[in-house]
Amino acid sequence: MRRISFTVNGAAREVDVEPRELLVYVLRERLGLTGTNVGCDTSSCGSCTVLVSGESVKSCTMLGVQADGLDVTTIEGLATGGALHPVQQAFHEHHGLQCGFCTPGMVLASVSLLAETPSPSEAEIREALEGNLCRCTGYHNIVRAVQAAASA
Amino acid sequence: MIPARFDYEVAGSVEEAVRLLGESDDAKLLAGGHSLLPLMRLRFAQPSLLVDIGRLSDLAYVRDAGDRVAIGALTRHHDLTTSDLLARACPLLAFTAGQVGDPQVRHRGTIGGSVAHGDPASDLPAALLALDAELVATGPGGERTIPAADFFRGFLETALAPQELLTEIRVPKLGGGSAYVKFNRRAQDWATVAVAVAVTNGGARVALANMGPTPLRATAVEAALAGGAGLDEAAAAAAEGTSPPSDTNGSADYRRHLATVLTRRALEKALPA
Repeated sequence: MRRISFTVNGAAREVDVEPRELLVYVLRERLGLTGTNVGCDTSSCGSCTVLVSGESVKSCTMLGVQADGLDVTTIEGLATGGALHPVQQAFHEHHGLQCGFCTPGMVLASVSLLAETPSPSEAEIREALEGNLCRCTGYHNIVRAVQAAASA
Repeated sequence: MIPARFDYEVAGSVEEAVRLLGESDDAKLLAGGHSLLPLMRLRFAQPSLLVDIGRLSDLAYVRDAGDRVAIGALTRHHDLTTSDLLARACPLLAFTAGQVGDPQVRHRGTIGGSVAHGDPASDLPAALLALDAELVATGPGGERTIPAADFFRGFLETALAPQELLTEIRVPKLGGGSAYVKFNRRAQDWATVAVAVAVTNGGARVALANMGPTPLRATAVEAALAGGAGLDEAAAAAAEGTSPPSDTNGSADYRRHLATVLTRRALEKALPA
């Protein structure tokens, strides 16, 4: 076991992990942050997307030990004081979800996009979400939600 | 899917990484992990020791080196796509890096990791072949420079010795046109087939992804162009000397046809009439 110290949703955390533990399992099973979903387990679907140092990352394709010293944000860390993050609010208002399984990853991938490109075109939004699959095929409303969040 | 057990060491320097690699017969380097960790999850790879070089931040740079651009092996795909220097001096590499995987993959994956993995379906190896890049490897005996043409030896096999790591990639500044044309069935996928073209004073160099066990130079296309053939005629030779795989994305015959079509499109972009 190895002790890692990192910041998760603004709070300093120390956890003992096996080197082979993927970040998503450290978050879900050691820290109880089950908002991050495991979809495909093959780096394809993006359900497990979290922010590492503010950038979207697939947490099934990163070891917990690689996050030592870094800053991680999960879906649980977006709302502040009971108020939804603007991207969450936009997904809610524009019904950017059907079953909701891909939603945490979609939201965090969108937050990462808007941090880098505050006013993306529709094409840029679709390109930026290429690593996130919605099996309900609810893409149109997801794109509308990101457009709304960008102009909020 | 959880990787098999392994020992884990963080290298504080290139020298330490080289030393750690010597401590085990089947040690692997971990950079961004976006080629290696998927294989380890499936247990296709079960190294006994992982040497984490991901924190060697002095190997992450894009630097002007006279007639070349020098790129640290740990430079992430994302940083290649956003580099002003690369966009000006070698737009082929900046564009190709943006075709790797998806944004999440590009936030973690590195050029050195992708190239050292040696997957013939990867994007960057084909671009580096077309660019006639130089790859700098560091091992116990110091540094050596390997031309891209000699680097890819077989499926997931490169010229790197067991105790060597890739430290720098050098690409020429391009005066002429270039293009990277990739075909895949899902936006984030590896190439079913892809074609990279770089035009320099010496003519056009053309490289193919996923048309054999390694990325390949389309030498028949290059020779046809050098001999004065038109773009259509030259592109028709794209599948010569290749041995493409058959899989769920396409048969070998389909890939041979695709290579000629994509090569024509890439040549039309790189060599506009």
